[in-house]
Amino acid sequence: MAIVAQTSRFSKIAWPIAAWAVGLLFFFPIFWMVLTSFKTDADAVKPEFLFFFTPTLENYLNMTENYDYWRFAANSVICSVFATVFTLFVGIPSAYAMAFNPSRSTKDVLMWMLSTKMLPAAAVLYPMTFITKNFLGIFDTHFLIILVLSLINLPIVVWMLFTYFKEIPKDIIEAGKMDGVNTWGEIREILVPLAWGGIASTALLCFIFCWNEAYWTVRLTTTDAATLSKLIEGNRAPEGLFFGRLSAVSTAAVGPIIVLGWFCQKQLVQGLTFGAVK
Amino acid sequence: MGRIVLENVTKSFGDVEVIPPLDLTIEDGEFAVFVGPSGCGKSTLLRLIAGLEDTSSGKILIDDADVTAVSPSKRGLAMVFQSYALYPHMTVRKNIAFPMRMAGVSDAEQEKRIAAAAKALNLTDYLDRKPGQLSGGQRQRVAIGRAIVRDPSAFLFDEPLSNLDAALRVGMRLEICEMHSRMETTMIYVTHDQVEAMTMADKIVVLQAGVIEQVGSPLDLYHKPRNVFVAGFIGSPRMNLFSGPEAAKHDAATIGIRPEHTEVSTTEGTWKGIVGVAEHLGSDTFIHVHDTGLADTVTVRIAGDIAVSHGDTVFLTPQAGQIHRFNADGLRID
Repeated sequence: MAIVAQTSRFSKIAWPIAAWAVGLLFFFPIFWMVLTSFKTDADAVKPEFLFFFTPTLENYLNMTENYDYWRFAANSVICSVFATVFTLFVGIPSAYAMAFNPSRSTKDVLMWMLSTKMLPAAAVLYPMTFITKNFLGIFDTHFLIILVLSLINLPIVVWMLFTYFKEIPKDIIEAGKMDGVNTWGEIREILVPLAWGGIASTALLCFIFCWNEAYWTVRLTTTDAATLSKLIEGNRAPEGLFFGRLSAVSTAAVGPIIVLGWFCQKQLVQGLTFGAVK
Repeated sequence: MGRIVLENVTKSFGDVEVIPPLDLTIEDGEFAVFVGPSGCGKSTLLRLIAGLEDTSSGKILIDDADVTAVSPSKRGLAMVFQSYALYPHMTVRKNIAFPMRMAGVSDAEQEKRIAAAAKALNLTDYLDRKPGQLSGGQRQRVAIGRAIVRDPSAFLFDEPLSNLDAALRVGMRLEICEMHSRMETTMIYVTHDQVEAMTMADKIVVLQAGVIEQVGSPLDLYHKPRNVFVAGFIGSPRMNLFSGPEAAKHDAATIGIRPEHTEVSTTEGTWKGIVGVAEHLGSDTFIHVHDTGLADTVTVRIAGDIAVSHGDTVFLTPQAGQIHRFNADGLRID
C-alpha cells in the first residue's frame, strides 16, 4: 500500500514537471523571438541582456513604416485562405471517393500521393522557376502561390480527411443513397455535417502550413505576391544580422496564426487525436 | 405496385462467385423472407435488389421495368438497416423528413406525413430529439418511419431486429407484420433467425452459399422440405436426421423426424435410448436422448410435462406418416 501511495505521489509531482519542461522547451524559441523583438539590434546579440533590457517599440514602428507590413500580410491572408479553400474543395470529394468507394488501387493512390511529399523541393526549384517565369508568365502572381500551396498540402489534407471519413459508418451513406440523394447531396447533407470536426481541424492545419510556407513563397515571388515569409527573409540577408528587426517581423508574421490556433485549439487537438481513441 | 423479378442474376467479388445464376420472383404485396446461415449471400442479394451492389450479370426488374443499371435512389425502394443508419446530426423529425425533402415534397405534405408516421410508430413525443437520445427500439422505429414516408414500391429490411433485445424483438416483429397487413406493400426481409422467417413470411427463400435451396410458404417448407439442408434449417428444435441401416429400412439414404413428431414412453417403443438432458419448460419438455444407435443425440419435444431425468431409459416412436425420406443426393423422396 505504502509503495503504491508513494508511487502515485511521485507521479503526481514528476509528470507535471516533465510536462512543463517539455512545454517550455517547445515554447522557448517563440518566447525568445517575442522578447528579442522588443530589443534594439545592438542589445539583441548581447547575452547579458537576455532577460534584462530596456524594451523598445522601434522595431515594430520601423517595420510598418519602412517595409509595408500590411501588404505582405494581405498577400499571406489571400494566398492561405484561397489555397485552403481550394485544397478542401478538391480534397473532400477525393477522400470521400476513396473512403466509401474504394477500389483495388485506393491504397496505392494514397501512398503515391504521400510519396510526392518525399520529393525534395530543391530538386524542382529550377524547372519551376524557369517554367513559371518564361513559359507560363505566372511568376510572382497570387495564382501561382495559391496553386503551389494547394498542391503541396493536398496529399496531407486528403490523408487526414480520408482517416476522418473512414470513421463514418458506411450504412449512413448508403441510407442516404436509398433516400434519394445524389453524390453531391451525400457530401453536402451527410458527410460534411458528420465530419465537421475533422474537416475544421484539417482546414486549420492546412491554413497554418500555407501561412508558414517559406521555401516556395520566397523563391517564386518578388514583390506582387510576396507573403510574410518573404518579408522575414528580406530582413535577414543584405545588411548583416539584425535580430531585433528580424524578430519583430517574425512575431508580427506568426502572431495571427498563434491567435487563431489558440482560439481553435480545442478543435485542433480533438481533430488530431480523432481515430486514435475510438 | 412492387413486383420484383430477378433473372439469372449473379454476383462475384473478384474471383469469388457469391451468387451463382439465380432466378426469383417476388409478387406485389408479398412478404418475402430471405433466410440462411451467415455468409449465405442473403444480404448481398438484398443489396443487389436495393442497388447498393452492382450485379455481375443478369437482370433485376421492378414492376416490369429493368432497373439493373438504375441508381439506388431511383429504384423507388426503401431500406431499413441492421444498424438503423439514422443521420446522427438530425432530429427525428428531420431524419423522417429527409427522403421527402430530397424528393421535393412540399413542406405541408411533409408535416402531414411525418405526423402520421410518428403517430403510427409512437414517436410523436420524440420528434425533436436526436437519435443519440433514443433507445434501440425507438431508433429502429425512426428508421422504419423514414422508410414509410417515402411511400416506396417495396420495403427492404436487412436483419432489422438483430440489435434489439429478445422482448423488444418479438414486439417489433408483430409491429412489422401488422404494418405489412395494413399497407399491403411488398416487403423483403433478411434474417438468419428461422423463427422470424416462419412467423412473418408469406414466402420464405432459403439460401445456402448463394444458392436458393427452396422457395415456399412457411408450412410448405415445414411439411415438405425439398432437401436435407432445408429439413435441418427450418423448424426448432431442428429435425433429427439419421442415415445408415435405419434409413435403409425406409428405402432412403437419410431419414428425418421432427422432435415434435416423436412419442416417448418409459416402457415400450421403436428406439431405445438414455436421457442425457431433459429441459422442462412447463408447456413443453425437450428431451435429448443418447445411445439410440441412430445419431449422437436425438431430440424429442413433448407437449406438457413428463417425469424423466438424466440417465433414465426411454423408448421413442415416430408418429405414423411423419418420417421425411431423402435420397443419396439429399433430395426429398415423396
